[in-house]
Amino acid sequence: MSLLARYAECIFWMARYMERAENLARILDVQETFARDTRGATNWLSVVQLNGDEKNFFSRYDKANAESVLHFYMLDPQNMNSLIFNIRAARENARTLRPWISTEMWAQINVFYNRLNELSPRDVQMPNLSRACSWIKEACQTHTGITEGTFYRDQGWYFYQLGKYIERADQTTRLLDIKYHTLLPSPMDVGSTLDVSQWTTVLRSAAGYHAFRRVYPRGMTPATVAGFMLFNEGFPRSVVMCVRQIDGVLTRLRSRYNLRRGSEAMERLDELQAALLSRPIEAVIRDGLHEYLDWIQQQLSGVTDGIGRAFFGQDDLIPSDALDVVNGPAQTQVQTQSNI
Amino acid sequence: MSATASRPNDILADYDQGLYYDELFGLRDAPVDHTALIRQRLSSLDFEDLRRRLQDAERELYNLGITFLVYSNKDAVDRILPFDVIPRVISAKEWAHLEAGINQRVTALNLFLKDVYHDQKILKDGVIPAELVLGNANYRPQMIGLDVPFDTYIHIMGVDLVRDRHGTFRVLEDNGRVPSGVSYVVENRHMMQRVFPDLMQDIGIRPVDNYGHKLLEAMYEIAPHQNDPQVALLSPGTYNSAYFEHIFLAREMGVPLVEGRDLVVDNDRVYMRTTDGLARVDSIYRRIGDDFLDPKAFNPDSLLGVPGIMEAYRKGNIALANAIGTGVADDKAVYCYVPRMIKYYLDQEAIIPNVDTRICREGDALQYTLDHLEELVIKPVGEAGGYGITIGPRATKAELDDCRAKLLADPSNYISQPVVDLSVCPTVTPDGIEPRHVDLRPFAITGKSTWVLPGGLSRVAMKKGTLIVNSSQGGGSKDTWVLEGTAP
Repeated sequence: MSLLARYAECIFWMARYMERAENLARILDVQETFARDTRGATNWLSVVQLNGDEKNFFSRYDKANAESVLHFYMLDPQNMNSLIFNIRAARENARTLRPWISTEMWAQINVFYNRLNELSPRDVQMPNLSRACSWIKEACQTHTGITEGTFYRDQGWYFYQLGKYIERADQTTRLLDIKYHTLLPSPMDVGSTLDVSQWTTVLRSAAGYHAFRRVYPRGMTPATVAGFMLFNEGFPRSVVMCVRQIDGVLTRLRSRYNLRRGSEAMERLDELQAALLSRPIEAVIRDGLHEYLDWIQQQLSGVTDGIGRAFFGQDDLIPSDALDVVNGPAQTQVQTQSNI
Repeated sequence: MSATASRPNDILADYDQGLYYDELFGLRDAPVDHTALIRQRLSSLDFEDLRRRLQDAERELYNLGITFLVYSNKDAVDRILPFDVIPRVISAKEWAHLEAGINQRVTALNLFLKDVYHDQKILKDGVIPAELVLGNANYRPQMIGLDVPFDTYIHIMGVDLVRDRHGTFRVLEDNGRVPSGVSYVVENRHMMQRVFPDLMQDIGIRPVDNYGHKLLEAMYEIAPHQNDPQVALLSPGTYNSAYFEHIFLAREMGVPLVEGRDLVVDNDRVYMRTTDGLARVDSIYRRIGDDFLDPKAFNPDSLLGVPGIMEAYRKGNIALANAIGTGVADDKAVYCYVPRMIKYYLDQEAIIPNVDTRICREGDALQYTLDHLEELVIKPVGEAGGYGITIGPRATKAELDDCRAKLLADPSNYISQPVVDLSVCPTVTPDGIEPRHVDLRPFAITGKSTWVLPGGLSRVAMKKGTLIVNSSQGGGSKDTWVLEGTAP
């Protein structure tokens, strides 16, 4: 059965928004660590700064404290980097997709959103924050499980995978970027207690701490952590792992469903894959990790554009001049420079 | 009720149906037989248990998103259609009567539509005033001379029935354009099966879950070719208040739910945009009114429609259900003539009578209406949505005088009907089980032939005393059980 281009797009974005939400919850859970300075004092403004959200934030809040910052990232529906924004967007896509996805997928997202919507500002403040983040994370994972167990395996499934892995790879680069460059340690700080604790936090927020310890029992350096998160072949959130998945999905869309239009996306992805395999982490860091991460993000964004042109009907003949109005604003990959 | 007042913890003991016909008890003090077992089971339930089951059901409806959208301020809010767990029951014999009546009505209306878009015999013979039809805003000249498969115009029909004080079913209104509500019929049954399996056990209730299958069959039948035709459901989109129903029907049929923007007309053929480019579409169940269907043919401002689809339709390259221009058959003024239409085309009496309606363009009827103004409901025929209605028993002297003046000035713009005492059905309320007024909307599907879904949507006025069952007025719904059994 053929798949409506608009549905493919909604599936892709539903997966992205859910994946983004899970990553947000993961990071929010540990962000207090990032807000702490060397003397152990908490500076919530730094959280806003390292996300590059100052302008957006101060247009609606007077000062950055635990209360306002947590509200901004958890419950502010106008902040595109908030949990509520992302779950709402996932739900709107799921609503459109109800004829296509399983009833259980829809019901879970619907209940999830309604529950999130009922959270009070107090529910997301310390000391309740961790509890909130952990059920949100679990709800995202429940979505993943229900999807795995009930989503019919046709084209739609592959577009779901595309969205999920592109977003996941993107989130991993953003997480790394925050730590490595916005909190850029002075050379003296490298290896300090704070530095180690922040790298540990990065790994924990990506659920990679224990695996990392197994792979590198001898020690944690910025290079080994960054290398693990970018290139490790077994870590489910590493960029290499995600890119492999994307490659497999694009190939299967072509071979199994005869969708021959994805070559532009394939080319961008091949370029990315080749680059990922060509240089060791030490060289990457020497030449500038931030620039490297930025380039990966651009490639992923290029892949997304290629997928959109190939499969989401953006290149088909458009006979009506009113189409732009009808379609409304396109879904967006706009995110501020860094995520939380 | 005297018949059930024997046991102290009988939750129906204090139930009083008043002067109305009751769907569970029948005429006052003469309980009907076919509901005896159901009444007995209900009686033995605990009221708190009943309330709990109702809450479970409503929460589930909300979680599953079996909802319609209500717009308040700038927000769109999901609302469930309030659900009541006490079913409305129809005997096999009653149903056989209704089924025959609905069949007859659909047949007559389709013959009427074929006639008014072709030879117009019924107009020439003066059975229905020509200007009523040809001057009607819903008459579509684009349809003149166009043949449709099997001469079926109304593929999906909803007939609004009410039951008067004597228990006689009457047609209140025909819905031959884009009738909605059938999803609730099926979902209400699912809900009852989940929360009330013990009440349903061994009752013998006719299933309703093959509606989607029957609809798809009809969509195939009317397709322009029979080589695996592609069917689609055309919806105005997620913000339409009936979007859940569109989802439901697309899922039940297993066909894509498309919006206007997914469709393209090229060389008078209709295509949908897929991940693999454009793909042919042959048969469309459209949930968009004529006005918005094609900006080239109808309302040029419509952003929901598909430019050029009317021309593709005229060329016979796409099937549409319902056909264009059916609105002229379910019009309020034309409604009055349906019994005469049945006589004219089929040489039969209407099996289900209309609510007694007087057409004020006819002298006797005008005189009767003027003489009984304070007892009647007076409706202007040109208005939609209950606008301009005068309800005699509730009108002030000034309003009646005003109505009288309008009637005399333009009698042909009015019809009059007696106030119908809608039947009631026991319903769970915060104050216990009380009678609430109900109506019934059965659904009929017609491709080559007509099939009537056994049951229909029973809408219930949740507010005490009110006769208004519309969901926009806080109305709810009940599961409707048509009992199995041999028809007489």
